[in-house]
Amino acid sequence: MSLLEVSDVRVSLGGSAILHGVTFDVADSGVTALLGRNGVGKTTTAKAILGLHASSGSIRFDGRELIGLPTYAIARLGIGYVPEDRGVFSALTVAENLRLAEPRGRGSAAYDRVYELFPVLRQRATQAAGTLSGGEQQMLAIGRILLRPNRLLVVDEPTKGLSPKVAAEVARALKEVARTVPILLIEQNLGVVRTMAGRAVVLDTGRVAHRAENTRDLLADPALTNQLLGVSTANGVSP
Amino acid sequence: MTTVILLTATGLGLAALYFLVASGLSLIFGLMDVLNFAHGAFVSVGGYVGWTVADHLSGTIGLFGALLAGIAAGAAIAAGTELAVIRPLYGRPLDQVLATVGLGLAIPALLQAIWGADSRTWLVPGWLAGTVDIAGARVPSVRFLLIGIAVALLVGLRLLLGRTRAGLIVRAGVEDRAMVTALGIDVRRANSAVFALGGAAAGLAGVLYGLYQGSVSPGDGTSLLIFAFVVVVLGGAGSITGTALAAVAVGLVQQYADYASASLGDESVVILLAAVLLLRRRNLQGRPA
Repeated sequence: MSLLEVSDVRVSLGGSAILHGVTFDVADSGVTALLGRNGVGKTTTAKAILGLHASSGSIRFDGRELIGLPTYAIARLGIGYVPEDRGVFSALTVAENLRLAEPRGRGSAAYDRVYELFPVLRQRATQAAGTLSGGEQQMLAIGRILLRPNRLLVVDEPTKGLSPKVAAEVARALKEVARTVPILLIEQNLGVVRTMAGRAVVLDTGRVAHRAENTRDLLADPALTNQLLGVSTANGVSP
Repeated sequence: MTTVILLTATGLGLAALYFLVASGLSLIFGLMDVLNFAHGAFVSVGGYVGWTVADHLSGTIGLFGALLAGIAAGAAIAAGTELAVIRPLYGRPLDQVLATVGLGLAIPALLQAIWGADSRTWLVPGWLAGTVDIAGARVPSVRFLLIGIAVALLVGLRLLLGRTRAGLIVRAGVEDRAMVTALGIDVRRANSAVFALGGAAAGLAGVLYGLYQGSVSPGDGTSLLIFAFVVVVLGGAGSITGTALAAVAVGLVQQYADYASASLGDESVVILLAAVLLLRRRNLQGRPA
C-alpha cells in the first residue's frame, strides 16, 4: 500500500533542470531508501515533497495532491522533515527547538519518547543548539520532529559527518521510530541503509534508475551498486 | 563636565530614536529578508498623525493621545504595506526594493500635499518643555522621555522574543524561515505581526522625533532611516540587543563628532560603519556583517 506517490516530478533550479520526471512511491510502513550518487537529485526530491522547491508533476500523500500546497500545510498533513543540514536553530536552546515543533495538545508522552531515544537532549535542555556536537544536533533534529504527529518522515542524510559510533546510535533510533512511522530515508552510508531499509529507489541524473523491493538484494550485487552508486560492496565493503 | 553630560544625554536621545526606527527594520529584514525603504515613511506618518492629535487635544492628554495615535498609525500603514505591497512580492527582492523605495518617496509627498512643505511646530506640555539639572548641566526633559520609552521598548521586545511562542517563531524564522515552515508553522502570520510591530515602533519614533525637534516635517522619517540602516548593519539583522548597542554607539559618536566640528556629525557615522566593517568584518554582536 502506497502512502506517498511521486509521479513524473520535475524541478528546475536557477534555469537548470534537476529532476527530469521522477516517479516512485513510498510504502505506508517501514523504511524506503532513496539512493544515488552525489548531485543526482535526492535532496531536491525531498524538498519538492515538502514544497520547499517548486515542482511540476504530481505528489500525492494519502490520495491528496501536495503540489501547490505551502510547506506548512504539507507539514500539518503529517509529513515530518529532517533536512540534510539538520535545520536546528542554533541561537535557540535545545528546549526552545523542541518547544517550537510541539503542536498544541501534545504533552509529556511525546517528550518522554524523545528523551527515551535521546537522553542527551534532556541533559542539554538549556544549552544553545549551536554549541552541540554534530551528533547531538542530529539527535535534536530527529527528536524535534518526533514531537509532531507524523504519518511519514523524510530524513535526509541523518548520519552524514557523524562518527561511526554516533551514526550507529542515530540509525538505531531511526529504526525504532520506523516501527510506528514510515520513513523515506536519503542516505549515503550503505551500512546504515542495509540495516534499516526495506525498499530502495535509486536516482541517477534526476531520474529513477532502479527500484528494489529488497535493499539487501541491491546491495548484494556489487556490479549494480558500482554502476548505480559508484561504490563497491564486494567482500562486505561499504562506505 | 556639563558639556559631556549634555552631549551624552543628547546622544542617548538620538540613540533612542535610532533604536525605535531600527528595531523594526532589523526584525523585518532578519525575519523576512525585506529591505523596507518605506520604513522612514512610516515614521513620518506617525509624526504627522501624532502632531494632528496633539494639536487638537493639547497638553498632557494631547501628548499621550499623540503617542497612541502615532503607534496606531505606524502599525496600520505597515500592516497595509505588508499585505498590499510586500506579500505579493515575496521571493522577488529587487521588486520589493523598488516598491518600497517608491512608497518611501510617495508617502512623504502625500504628507506634504496634505500638511504642506513647511514644518509644523509641536507644542509640548509644560512639564516636558523644561530641563533637568544634572551636575550643572541643564538637560532637556524630553531627552529622558525618549530614553525611557526606548528602554521600555527594548525590555518589552526582549520579553516578547524570549518568553512567548510568537517570539520563538520570530527568532527561529530569523535564522531559517524555511525550516520553521517545515515544522508546520505558517510564518506569514509572524511576518505580518513583525511588520505591524515595526511600523508601530516607527510611528512612535515619528512622534518622539517631533517632540525632540519641536516640529514635524515630511522628510523626518527619511533622514532617520539612513542612520537606522547603519544601526541595523552594525547591530546585526534580527538582533534586538545588537540594534540597541549599535544605536547607542551611533548616537554618541554622532553627537561628540558634531561637537568637535559641525560638519563631522553625519560623516562620523559613515566612518564608524566603514571602520567596523573593514577592521572587524563583523557587527557589534560579533557575527559576520
